[in-house]
Amino acid sequence: MTLFLLRRLAVALLVAMTVLTLSFMLTRLSGDLAISIAGPNATQQDVELIRRAYGLDRPLIVQYLDWIGRAVVGDFGTSYFFRERVAGLIGQRLPVTITLGLVGLAMALAVAIPLGIAAAVREGTWMDRTVMLVALVGQAMPSFWLGLLLMVVLGLQLQLLPISGTGSWEHYVMPGIVLAFSAIPALMRLTRSGMVEALSSDYIRTARAKGLTRFSILAKHALRNAAIPVVSIAAVQLGFMLGGSIVIETVFALHGVGFLAWESISKNDFPVVQAVVLVLALIYIALTLLADLLNAVLDPRLRAA
Amino acid sequence: MLDVRGLRVEFGGRTAAVRGASLRVSKGETHCLVGESGCGKSVTALAVMNLLARGAKRDAEVLSFAGQDLLRLSDSRMSRLRGDRMAMIFQEPMTSLNPAYTVGSQMTEVLRRHRGTPRAQAVDRAAELLGLVGITAPGMRLGQYPHQLSGGLRQRVMIAMALMCDPELLVADEPTTALDVTVQAQILRLLATLRRDLGLGILLITHDLGVVARVADRVSVMYAGEVVESAPTAELFAAPRHPYTRGLLRCVPVPGKTRRGEPLGSIPGVVPRIPPGFRGCAFRDRCEHAAPNCAGAVPRRPAGPEHEFLCTLPADWTLREAAA
Repeated sequence: MTLFLLRRLAVALLVAMTVLTLSFMLTRLSGDLAISIAGPNATQQDVELIRRAYGLDRPLIVQYLDWIGRAVVGDFGTSYFFRERVAGLIGQRLPVTITLGLVGLAMALAVAIPLGIAAAVREGTWMDRTVMLVALVGQAMPSFWLGLLLMVVLGLQLQLLPISGTGSWEHYVMPGIVLAFSAIPALMRLTRSGMVEALSSDYIRTARAKGLTRFSILAKHALRNAAIPVVSIAAVQLGFMLGGSIVIETVFALHGVGFLAWESISKNDFPVVQAVVLVLALIYIALTLLADLLNAVLDPRLRAA
Repeated sequence: MLDVRGLRVEFGGRTAAVRGASLRVSKGETHCLVGESGCGKSVTALAVMNLLARGAKRDAEVLSFAGQDLLRLSDSRMSRLRGDRMAMIFQEPMTSLNPAYTVGSQMTEVLRRHRGTPRAQAVDRAAELLGLVGITAPGMRLGQYPHQLSGGLRQRVMIAMALMCDPELLVADEPTTALDVTVQAQILRLLATLRRDLGLGILLITHDLGVVARVADRVSVMYAGEVVESAPTAELFAAPRHPYTRGLLRCVPVPGKTRRGEPLGSIPGVVPRIPPGFRGCAFRDRCEHAAPNCAGAVPRRPAGPEHEFLCTLPADWTLREAAA
């Protein structure tokens, strides 16, 4: 178990280093930063001034090492646009995005797992086919469109929920539904296929031969084994939700990290973009690690690996 | 104790896997069901336990266990019986245990389900049974997961788990097929001991006549979904009547009797797939004694007080053939 942990941690660290490098490189690849910060009306002199002020005149490798050195201690510099510390900016916005992601994931799991199980138990019946059809439709629907649809129906026509802003828990309901909707199909399919496989296995036959109750067979013996791929994908989905909430947060004007990323990309505020990419990637890595650990708890065979 | 008469199992109306099979298992008796792959042995066992896959149709004239009509028992009543008074072990020890739970957890849940036994007592019982099936250091094994055990150990765990509630009947579907020969012998010896010490009735399914000769009190030979011959073990080996049984026995080398270099017997062809509504003897295409009347109704002929076979040939045909 310790060996397993150490190995996973080492991999996570390696990925984190790669992301650190990539997020540095991506912002430099998008053109001369000094020119884009200075804006279209700036003179050559202004550009030179900005270049020196932000340290962009130094060799790339020095800028890179400087960035790493600061990033490791959580110093991402100052936003060009907001004139605030980047770390503080992200710190303010992160809770909104994380709340949204967790709400979305909770909704998705609450729908996907029972439906996936129901489809697997009634494999091949109309119930199974209906559930899978809904999954297909859900997968094909763009999330911004669903977002707008919900706004029109729930927000404007029925006036049940606020259509934009961050003020109360009600602001999270619609964006949560939209996020959940995009995650449900994959989670449901995986739950279904995992359960179908588990239910046809020899150990389920044994469980039935032992005279266990239907509930115990499904919930204890089959679900535990079917859950392993679902846990992995749920972690990935949560990562996608946090990173991909950029569209949803923009549609619903929810002031989270995604909204921040959109704002700073459009204003070429590269320290913020760099930091957002890094923070989201780190969260993603942490989630994957968490999923590995959960799987090791669920499946004793993984602990030996 | 277990009485099966005229058992039929069909899959989706296309294949008749079991066609009127009959057999009985008494208390403390080991009844072996033998036959080739695909003859319906395992399906018979699963049908008795009501563990058939969805889409299978089960019917019988009589299907009773300890005086209870299993055909009329609801699913939940049947599940109360399974694992408690009738238990089953399977051919695949490597995959029959749940990989996610410890041996102890899987063993104790049987007792907790059927008897509501507290955990601590159930653990004691599990350890006692692991000892009984010859597993050393049972305390350690209870905390282990299936992947940490060998095939032989897993099959012993399966047997011990089947015994948790002191069942009256154990249905064992080729329990030794997947194991190597020494482990096979240990498991068979264990089953024989359990039968003697606990008065366990065993329905043992196998295709291995060596196993039959070692442990069976009574043998039923199955062919294409029917029990074609049934007799006490010694009698079946000494005086088989059904041409199929005779063919099977010719396929087995007997030390001191089969001469070196002499080819063993074989039965040409394979077990046919029988559609529902098939009439006559299913063996007639492979039988050297086939006659035109084999396509009609096949009588069940007595060949002794406890011996009967399903054939158009007369009961004393083997004697006449020997005399001729």
